[in-house]
Amino acid sequence: MEAAKPAVAPQTERPASWTLRVRRAIEEHLPTDHLLPDRQPYYVGSWVYVFGVVTIAALVWVIVSGVVLSFMGPQWWHDSRLGHFFNSLHFWSVQLFFLFMVLHLWGQYFMAGWRSGRAATWMIGVVIFGISILTAFTGYLSQQNFASQFIAVNAKDAMNGAGVGAFFNVLNFGQMYGLHIMLLPVGVTFLVVAHIVMVRARGVVKPIDPEGGAR
Amino acid sequence: MDSPTTYFHWGFILISLPNLFVIIGMIVLFAAAVIAPFPHGGEGDDGSR
Repeated sequence: MEAAKPAVAPQTERPASWTLRVRRAIEEHLPTDHLLPDRQPYYVGSWVYVFGVVTIAALVWVIVSGVVLSFMGPQWWHDSRLGHFFNSLHFWSVQLFFLFMVLHLWGQYFMAGWRSGRAATWMIGVVIFGISILTAFTGYLSQQNFASQFIAVNAKDAMNGAGVGAFFNVLNFGQMYGLHIMLLPVGVTFLVVAHIVMVRARGVVKPIDPEGGAR
Repeated sequence: MDSPTTYFHWGFILISLPNLFVIIGMIVLFAAAVIAPFPHGGEGDDGSR
């Protein structure tokens, strides 16, 4: 006689529904108390851990001021007082973004933030840094003034010499502007979100064991 | 404002005064963040804050 099948399939089976698989993976790896914690381990009580969140705050200002600039256009940001203000807001929030990103990098380097399965988080941070430099460069080329023309003409030989001039043409304003206000910021924002989610999933790395070796 | 800035030249190192100020400021800020006490709230049962 055939044994009766259980009414509910055991949890260990791989469900056929991909939404169920995704939901279970999220529940397993990123529970809400990890995503939005109200308490942190004792070793997070240091100003060094503030650099990352200040970098995110600067990025928010970069994006907000950038959206306003892209909506209003070059004539506005060159000729009106409010335009000058938003132009400055965009420029200085970028300076703070890079400054605090480098301080965050120093902090994570000295505490070896890639330990205990956090290598991908570190590497995504490296890629964010690289794309941010490219975004800033295309931003300098998008100013629509003599400085941007000077930078573009002088950078052209360097880009050709590096072998990328054919598909990354710094004299092509449309390409540089498109990259600056769409593709690259979307890339940075997406990777920053991934970076934060990965930090929240694993938590902040523990301090290096003073007795020697990594915990 | 539009005049060229001062540059420091030590061997192979060439750096402008404003860039030197920024780097020194970052090192000072990093050292202060490591040394300065961090305000703590209440402590959890497991030692978390």
